[in-house]
Amino acid sequence: MDILSAAWHLLIGMDADLMAIIALSLKVSGLAVLFALILGAPVGAALAIWSFPGRQVLIVIFNSLMALPPVVVGLSVYLLLSRSGPLGSWGILFTPKAMIIAQTALIFPIIVALTREAVKPVFREYRGLLISLNASPLLVLRTVLWDARFGVVTALLAGFGRAVAEVGAVLIVGGNIDGLTRVMTTTIALETSKGNLELAMALGIVLIVLALVMNALIYSISRIGLRFQEVRE
Amino acid sequence: MNRLAFENVSVFRNGKEILGPLDIELQTTGITCLLGPNGAGKSVFLNLCHGMFAPDKGRVDWNGVSAVSTRNDRSFMFQTAAVMRRSVWANVAFPLLAQKLPKSERMERVAQALTFARLTDQAAQPAASLSGGEKQRMALARAWVTRPKVILLDEPAANLDPGSTHALESMLHDIATKSGVIIATHNLPQARRLAHHVLVFANGKLAANSDADTFFTQTHTGQVADYLDGRI
Repeated sequence: MDILSAAWHLLIGMDADLMAIIALSLKVSGLAVLFALILGAPVGAALAIWSFPGRQVLIVIFNSLMALPPVVVGLSVYLLLSRSGPLGSWGILFTPKAMIIAQTALIFPIIVALTREAVKPVFREYRGLLISLNASPLLVLRTVLWDARFGVVTALLAGFGRAVAEVGAVLIVGGNIDGLTRVMTTTIALETSKGNLELAMALGIVLIVLALVMNALIYSISRIGLRFQEVRE
Repeated sequence: MNRLAFENVSVFRNGKEILGPLDIELQTTGITCLLGPNGAGKSVFLNLCHGMFAPDKGRVDWNGVSAVSTRNDRSFMFQTAAVMRRSVWANVAFPLLAQKLPKSERMERVAQALTFARLTDQAAQPAASLSGGEKQRMALARAWVTRPKVILLDEPAANLDPGSTHALESMLHDIATKSGVIIATHNLPQARRLAHHVLVFANGKLAANSDADTFFTQTHTGQVADYLDGRI
């Protein structure tokens, strides 16, 4: 109980270190999910719309990548960005940029797979209409993505939830440097091992609240989405 | 005038000829009704007319140009029309977006089409909230909004009650004064109410091709008689 109340005091006291860590977490994961969305949503929609050789293989690959352990993603990005790696000249290892890249890679398959799931039923309904109207491929893509928007936002929130809660990838490519690359999860890991349980607990509370908020949002957004969906009797 | 020509057309599915060989020329003014039992080839004929796909053999032309390359001249309304997950307004506006019309023109045309379909009050609602009859009127407004030369309809009133059917038919009568209408239907009374011209299909072949007055007064034999008497 002492730990909980100490954690609570840190939170309501808006402790400067604590706030900086939370802000960096939100920034890194927020940007990562944004990039993953920009890259992944069109890919997911394309996989739902067009059949081309190798599509089935791609679908299986993206679905398997969803279960990729964050440490493996972290390791791969580390190898890319390390000084001897192909992108070593960028010099961004152990910076928030590297963390954003790692988390983008981590969430990208989730956005692809969930977007594909959301677009599939929409395209099935629209296919005839779109062909009959001679719609260009770009219009087809835009139309099904927009009309699957509630599902796509759900994918975005799920991606954010995964990113903000993972520790392996950001730890490896960020290095958990105090005041520079320390985020909520890496701080919890470090502070717990140091015995500083109050700070760890405070961050734990923030993560739990975030998870609740994300799921509440996903739930209410899909409820709103249902109003636009046809129920055929 | 819109001249539709099928030249030696055949369509195969799984090695079986489901339509054709078909040779027909048609001036599509007024309302042409396609009649015939299920699986007779009405839908395939209608899809070929619009150019949804090309036939496996032969040519389908409108005024000498292939149907597939002139889709934008026509509109197609499916039996179960797609209800886009948008407002009624956005549903009706969509074909104009596909044809890249400027916004002011879109606004004006959609407003007219919604008035025509008596859906102005529902314009802002999600289309999914409309009743069955309203959905079909919206789909017809969406087909009409591009001012097509010909509208093709596949059983548009198949699931509608008499009141909704009547509303749809009176829209079709209006449209037929400006555009050609080709409609596949199961419903003989409906064909009597609408048709200026009748085509009857049976087993993928044309069994009758005649103006409506003659068709509904003369005595028929063979497959046409079987169909009209409800035996096939």
